Amino acid sequence: MAISKLNFNSINVTPSANAAIGFDSGADDLETGSGGGAMKFIKKLTASSSATLSFVDGASSVVLDSTYKEYMFIFNNIHPATNNANFTFNMSIDSGSNYNVEKTTTFFYAYQDEGGTATALQYRTDYDLTGTGFHILAAEIGNGNDECGSGYVHLFNPSSTTFVKHFISRASHYQGSDYMIDNNTAGYGNTTSAVDAVQFKMSSGNIDAGTITLYGIS
Amino acid sequence: MAISKFNYNSFNVTPVAGAALAFDADADGFSTATATSMVLIKTLTASSSATLSFVDGSSDVVLDNTYPVYMFKFINIHPATDGTAFSFQGNSSGGSGYNETITSSVFQAQHNESGSASSLSYVTSMDQANGTSFQQIGLSVGNDNDQSFVGSLFLFNPSSTTFVKHFSATTQEYYSSNYSKRYFTGGYFNTTSAIDEIQFKFASGNIDAGTIKLYGIKDS
Repeated sequence: MAISKLNFNSINVTPSANAAIGFDSGADDLETGSGGGAMKFIKKLTASSSATLSFVDGASSVVLDSTYKEYMFIFNNIHPATNNANFTFNMSIDSGSNYNVEKTTTFFYAYQDEGGTATALQYRTDYDLTGTGFHILAAEIGNGNDECGSGYVHLFNPSSTTFVKHFISRASHYQGSDYMIDNNTAGYGNTTSAVDAVQFKMSSGNIDAGTITLYGIS
Repeated sequence: MAISKFNYNSFNVTPVAGAALAFDADADGFSTATATSMVLIKTLTASSSATLSFVDGSSDVVLDNTYPVYMFKFINIHPATDGTAFSFQGNSSGGSGYNETITSSVFQAQHNESGSASSLSYVTSMDQANGTSFQQIGLSVGNDNDQSFVGSLFLFNPSSTTFVKHFSATTQEYYSSNYSKRYFTGGYFNTTSAIDEIQFKFASGNIDAGTIKLYGIKDS
């Protein structure tokens, strides 16, 4: 619609700090909006035989601070170089110098094999964590050409200096022995220091391909 | 404040592709704002509908490589028939029929209104092992006036011609026998063909009412 078709009053918008400007529901006036929605793209990293993929606040346009109270990582088509490697993550409180935040986590999954011979809903005590190691988000991703894993991690209020840092993750992946696995993990970084970096890697070998995208949730 | 009060420099905004126009922090000039990453593509509203289908390129639906992740939201899906399963299937690009090969798992948490039964369990009747049936994401939705089904379904990179197509659903139903049931469904379309159509339906009878929304999630 050309601006010339707007009426005089159409552009009489009351300014509001940081508010977006859009057309109203009648598409014949302007109004202030919510700034374009609550889910904001921050950064996409694309693996290419990558040992790690890291999001560090303040580096390479990454925002991972008090700007948002919730962050969401979406990982898509994560393909390992090594068959049945685990996809894992860790947090840092020193801008990525060390990824070793103490964590307490839970891990359970549901699975089904393509032959229909095995199904389960199972807690895995060997995949949960009380320690500083990398936490498993998807256990044993196959490296066949069409095999991969996809899912998300919600990280809540990483900049808090009062509370621990909770996270919730869910991932679906194609296991190397032709199982579909629905991974459900959650936990917290047991620190009151601000978390300002997050790193992803396979338990063995590189991330051959795939993307991880970071969003801020307003 | 009327637009006439803006200064000449108020309009001196550096254009950024895909960005929205916004007021600045002082509300006396313009700046660019980051557009939302979650874009509403299409809303379908059931009205005694046998199926609700999202077909790429039809009726303003986008279901291709425009977005790497898609999300469907189910809002108060109400069946015409009491106690029927709500389900979905895909159709590959150039394919015929909603009959893609699916391997999936389903587990549920449940609690009845009388408080006499609660559990967390795997649901073998709802999963598939390289099956081509519609994938159930609700088992037995009640059709009383106040009963319905809600939830969300992520679909990852449906346009890939390299990988299988993962999906992940979290749904909640008012079970026909007066249970609250939450379902966790994960799986993949076991095909390297692009999936460009998704259809939803009940196993029996129409979708009496309810809304399904399709969103695209940007990664740039």
